[in-house]
Amino acid sequence: MSQDVLNTITEILTEEFGVPADDISADATFEKLGLDSLDVVELTLVLEEKTGVKLEDEELEDVRTLQDAVNKIAEKQG
Amino acid sequence: MLLDGKRLLITGVLDPRSIAFSVAKVAQEQGAEVVLTGFGRGMKLTKRSAGRLTPTPDVRELDATKDEDIAAVAADLADRWGAIDGILHAIGFAPASCLGGGFLDAPWEDVSTALHVSTYSYVALGRGFADLLAAADNPAIVGLDFDAQVAWPGYDWMGVAKAGLESANRYLARDLGPHGVRVNLVAAGPLNTMAARSIDGFSGFEGVWDDRAPLGWDLSDPTPVAKTVCSLLSDWTPGITGEIIHVDGGVHAIGAGMPAEAADSD
Ligand SMILES: NC(=O)c1ccc[n+]([C@@H]2O[C@H](COP(=O)([O-])OP(=O)(O)OC[C@H]3O[C@@H](n4cnc5c(N)ncnc54)[C@H](O)[C@@H]3O)[C@@H](O)[C@H]2O)c1
Repeated sequence: MSQDVLNTITEILTEEFGVPADDISADATFEKLGLDSLDVVELTLVLEEKTGVKLEDEELEDVRTLQDAVNKIAEKQG
Repeated sequence: MLLDGKRLLITGVLDPRSIAFSVAKVAQEQGAEVVLTGFGRGMKLTKRSAGRLTPTPDVRELDATKDEDIAAVAADLADRWGAIDGILHAIGFAPASCLGGGFLDAPWEDVSTALHVSTYSYVALGRGFADLLAAADNPAIVGLDFDAQVAWPGYDWMGVAKAGLESANRYLARDLGPHGVRVNLVAAGPLNTMAARSIDGFSGFEGVWDDRAPLGWDLSDPTPVAKTVCSLLSDWTPGITGEIIHVDGGVHAIGAGMPAEAADSD
C-alpha cells in the first residue's frame, strides 16, 4: 500500500509540478525537490483528491521527506 | 436566496482555508455569481482551490498594489457584467520583520510594504471599481479586519496596518456613499489560515478566545465570518456604512476572562 502512495506522489510531482522523475526518491526532501510552502499546500490538496486522506497542518510539521508523507498517509488510510 | 443574481468579485482566496474561500462558497450557495482574483506565486494554488467551488469560478490575476492590474480586471468585468454588486477585500501581508516581535526595529521599507498591501490597497480597489459598483443596485464593499483598538502580541505592524484600514474604511465610506456604495469591515476572531500561520505568536491568541468569547470560538471555522460578509453584501443591511462588525464570538465586548467556576457552572 505504501508503494501505491509513493507512486501516486511521484506521478503528481512529475505531472503537476514538473519535478524530473530521476530526482524523486523516498528519502528526497520537498525542499530538495524545489517545492516551497505554497507547493506543499497544493500537493496536499491534490493528494487529498487522489487518496481521500487530508493531511492537517500539525501533521505536516514533521513531514520532511516523501517517505514521511507516505507514512502519514498510509497511517491515516489505516 | 440572500444573494440571488449578485455579481461578486472576491479577492484573497489562496487555499481552501482562506476566509475568502468560505465567503465564495457561502455566496455561491446563496445564489451569487463569483469571480476570484489571485496573485503572483499563489495563482496556481488559487486556481486549484477554485476547482473545489461549484461552479468553478474564473480566476483573474490581481496584485492589489498594482493599479494596472486593478484597471485590467475592471475592464474585463465591465465587458462581462457591466456592473459589480459586491467586492470582498481579503488581502493582507507584512514582511517577517514587521511581525512576531521586533516592532521597534522594523525598517520603513518593510513597514511601507505592509501598509501598501494591507491598508492602501483597500482604497485602491474602491477607487478602481467605483464606477462598476455605482452602476449596480445596492452595491457594497467588505474588507477583513482584526480588531485594532488594542495592541496584540506578535501582530505588530500588521496591527498598525489594520488600524489604518479601520480609518480608511470610514473615509472610503464617506467618498463612495454618494454613489450608493456601502463600505464596511468585518473584524474577525483568529482563524487558522496561511496568513495567520506566518505570525509568530499567533497561537498565543487562542487562549484569549478560549477565555473570553461568550459564544465560544472555533479557529478552524471561518463560516461565521463568511455568513456575516455575505449579509453585508446582500440587500438586507441597507443604511450601514463605515461600520466595523465584530465576528469574534464576542471577545471585543469582554474585559477579562471568565473565572473558571463561572464558566463551568451550568
Ligand atoms: N486569519 C485570521 O486570523 C484573520 C483575522 C482577522 C482578519 N484577517 C484578515 O483576513 C484577510 C484574509 O486573510 P486569511 O486569514 O484568509 O489568509 P490567507 O493567507 O488565506 O489570505 C491572504 C491573502 O492575501 C493575498 N495577498 C497578499 N498580498 C497580495 C497582493 N499584493 N495582492 C493581492 N492579494 C494579495 C494572498 O494572495 C492571500 O490570498 C486578511 O486581510 C487578514 O488580515 C485574518
